[in-house]
Amino acid sequence: MGNAFRNAAFAAVVCFAPFGAVAQERDRTAEGIEAYREALKDGNPAELFEAMGEELWKKKAGPKNASLEQCDLGLGPGVVAGAFAQMPRYFPDTGKVQDVESRLLTCMSALQGIDTREHVEARFNTPKKNELVALATFISGESKGKPVKVSLAHAMERKMFELGKRMFYFQAGPHDFSCATCHGQEGKRIRLQDLPYIPSKEGAAAGWTSWPAYRVSSGQMWSMQWRINDCMRQQRFPEPVYASDMTVALSLYMAATSNGAIVATPGIKR
Amino acid sequence: MKNANIAAILVASAALLGCASMQSAGWGSAADDASFAEMIRTGFKAAGPVTLERLKQDETQAFCSDPVASQSAASVKKAEAIEAANLATVKFPADGKWLGDWRAGERVAQSGRGLTWTDAPNQANGGNCYNCHQISAAEISFGTIGPSLYQYGKLRGNSDEVVRSTWTKIYNSKALNACSNMPRAGHMGIIREKDIQDLMALLLSPDSPVNK
Ligand code: HEC
Ligand code: HEC
Repeated sequence: MGNAFRNAAFAAVVCFAPFGAVAQERDRTAEGIEAYREALKDGNPAELFEAMGEELWKKKAGPKNASLEQCDLGLGPGVVAGAFAQMPRYFPDTGKVQDVESRLLTCMSALQGIDTREHVEARFNTPKKNELVALATFISGESKGKPVKVSLAHAMERKMFELGKRMFYFQAGPHDFSCATCHGQEGKRIRLQDLPYIPSKEGAAAGWTSWPAYRVSSGQMWSMQWRINDCMRQQRFPEPVYASDMTVALSLYMAATSNGAIVATPGIKR
Repeated sequence: MKNANIAAILVASAALLGCASMQSAGWGSAADDASFAEMIRTGFKAAGPVTLERLKQDETQAFCSDPVASQSAASVKKAEAIEAANLATVKFPADGKWLGDWRAGERVAQSGRGLTWTDAPNQANGGNCYNCHQISAAEISFGTIGPSLYQYGKLRGNSDEVVRSTWTKIYNSKALNACSNMPRAGHMGIIREKDIQDLMALLLSPDSPVNK
């Protein structure tokens, strides 16, 4: 096929909104989903997970029989309010950029003396992972209403941002998928599920500011690590290593792109 | 000016406007290769039947993972070479039968199963087609990453050329568009020859609901 045609076809697919009957159907579907979400906002079962997380935060546990209350989430030991809105961020004590979940692993190990390998390896929806999801839900809830304010001031933060962005476009596997296949265009859907255009501020915010979220379809509370894990599964990639740099880099890319948007966690989703 | 030319110009200028922000946003080219490779190496583990082999890119994937360069004027030759290499993989039906059974095709189009780490390795894979395309009028739960294929055959007829290019598109989408978002269903072994015959009937057969 000639290149002019290829580029025109590409442009048409990337940048044209659908029209006519299809667009009407699409709008009706989108409205239906929106109404459903509105109805659910009155009672979000995620609040239960917040309460569970707060309990775990305060409970003495591990070989050192200590709580997590002195955990430094970036604003100093024990400061939870507003911390999530500024994560992922660089932590001098580990020399790494960490998201809330990888930071929790650090604190569990340092403060409580827990060997966190089991937590890393446990499957989602098993008790060890659910602890981390509940803790992340509690911590994120303490930033509700605050603007996302993720720093790119440290060289490591800038590096992870670029790595995350590059990961977003990395195609592989039998379907040639990357994150961008599904989230790289404005206004698209898979079946009836809206796909945020993550490289834009609004799209990144749709993706970033409402996770951890309670998923009505599965009756489960999912953290961002879980969300990324399931998208990678649909991408036909191997399984992400929990709290790996790869997952943190993608998170930092999304978080920093959404800077200024308001944290609305815990969210509620289809 | 011919209508087709005007349309092409409109499309191209809409693309420039609509995509300007995407282009300038960059794509992570500042991340160095060594750090990126290390991040991939430590970022994944095998799960069920899905091994780390999946992360090895072929030439098409590597090229298309740079969304700026792969769409730039400087890469036109390279894109054409990639299309030619993909075209060379296309196997037309061994038994000379282009159109199978549209009902079976509808099932393949509906199914998004296969090749994830939670899929059983020996089940039949689906084509994922409805994930991205409108196809029959009856199915309203369709995705929009790809264009509508409703009335595909009715609008194009089924000349030799249409039949061959449709087969080619399904077998290896990148033969016609180097960085298409559409998977290479035949080339990558996602679906079998019989599935393609059935999908062809779904799109092209006059009795398929797609063309009613
Ligand atoms: C094959 C398609 C596909 C791929 C590839 C994919 N996603 Fe998704 N993603 C989805 C779908 C579908 C949803 C909505 C799920 C739902 O509604 O339950 C989604 C939802 C999300 C959300 C939540 C959006 C919201 O509105 O709350 C985020 C964040 C996200 N994806 C990030 C990613 C990242 C990062 C990658 C790459 C690692 C990725 N996705 C790859 C299909 C995909
Ligand atoms: C992840 C998205 C995706 C999936 C899955 C997908 N397609 Fe596509 N398809 C596209 C896109 C995007 C285009 C248009 C861009 C291009 O030319 O490649 C397209 C184009 C086409 C075309 C050419 C349409 C035209 O007007 O020229 C046909 C035919 C087609 N697809 C059939 C199928 C069939 C059959 C399946 C299932 C086996 C399928 N597609 C699966 C995204 C997809």
